[in-house]
Amino acid sequence: MIVQDLAQLEGFTTQYMGNGSQQIQDAYTGDLLSDVMGNAPAESVLITIQAHKNTVAVASLAGIRALVICNNRSIPSDMLQAAKDEGIAIFTTAATQFEASCRIAAALGRINAGKD
Amino acid sequence: MQEIPINTITSPNVILELIYRLKVKDVMTTDLVTAGKETTLRQIQHIMREKQVTGLPIVVGKRLIGIVSMDDIIQALDKGYIEEKAQDHMTRNLIVLEDDMPISFAISYFDRFSYHRFPVLNKHKELVGMITSRDITSTLLVEINREIEELEKRTRTTSLSEEMSGEIHTYTIMKNDFENAGYASTEIKKRLKSAGIAPHIIRRAAIASYELEMNLVVHSDGGELIAEYSPQTMQITARDSGPGISDVEAAMTPGWSTASEWIRSLGFGAGMGLPNVRSVADDFTIESNRNGTTVVCTIELHPKQEET
Repeated sequence: MIVQDLAQLEGFTTQYMGNGSQQIQDAYTGDLLSDVMGNAPAESVLITIQAHKNTVAVASLAGIRALVICNNRSIPSDMLQAAKDEGIAIFTTAATQFEASCRIAAALGRINAGKD
Repeated sequence: MQEIPINTITSPNVILELIYRLKVKDVMTTDLVTAGKETTLRQIQHIMREKQVTGLPIVVGKRLIGIVSMDDIIQALDKGYIEEKAQDHMTRNLIVLEDDMPISFAISYFDRFSYHRFPVLNKHKELVGMITSRDITSTLLVEINREIEELEKRTRTTSLSEEMSGEIHTYTIMKNDFENAGYASTEIKKRLKSAGIAPHIIRRAAIASYELEMNLVVHSDGGELIAEYSPQTMQITARDSGPGISDVEAAMTPGWSTASEWIRSLGFGAGMGLPNVRSVADDFTIESNRNGTTVVCTIELHPKQEET
């Protein structure tokens, strides 16, 4: 899938799209940023509740291309600015991390993730 | 001329590695057109024309029992038995390949035998694919292109990283300065990127520098992050002036953390920092006492033959 496909997912709102044609190969769910840093695959989307600027820094360094911020958390303006500077897409949703992960797994065709 | 003009013994190493690394199953066609033993040669002739194939495996279930080739069809037309069944005229003496064999085998088979295609069986002797010399040459072309691209990138990278050799950048990191956290790591990442270093190496340097930078922000009284570049390696040093790590061995254990609730609520302090740094570094040392902590990690910029 590509970044802009995330915008089409049920209940997802685009906060910043950037380059929507970038490929998304995989996904990672987590709120512990150094776990994310160490384990999230590159060219991925991160599903998290960490709505602050440092998440953007981690994403940029780990090669994550999009963030999905769950549980209706709002995006502080400095986070949005950092995302624009680094070219990282941000989407928000009222869904939980679990629900958002399920929707993304389906969109990625990874509904058997962990078994495949 | 050879069917596939590649010498399986004296070719350049890059090519030899390729033809031993690629397996028959990576190259073969799995979209099989088959016929049963009761199928008439006339029907097979139609299937061949419709599917644009020049040879049809004859199967019972997944078991291969013969092949009918275009030559067999021409013979049948010539001698007037085109309405008869496949089982009476198919070639039964078959030479097959196994799906796990390297394609070097397939290349020498095409050389040794005059067939244009070989059936491929898996280890349960089931028919899983067909392979033609064209399948091999087209996959090889794609792979050779990729290898050449890698080689070109490597030569280019070596000269670029020489240009950055000797550079030392020092970044001052303030205690609890979450506002600017990540700045030094981002700068290091950009520097490596502009020198054309491979992305998976940049990622390792980024992980190491970010974790060390966050450690300075979260745990130290303030310190500095030093990035030193040489043609083959980069060294990242994190140095602070206290308060020191009470139990260094524990700090190296994944999950061990002294971070406050507030730090944890931001997603830091998971106890993965130093273990992450050590796992991405090619060399790692840590020294700590109450006057401060120094962590030095080294990352090879051009490791040979590394798995990505």
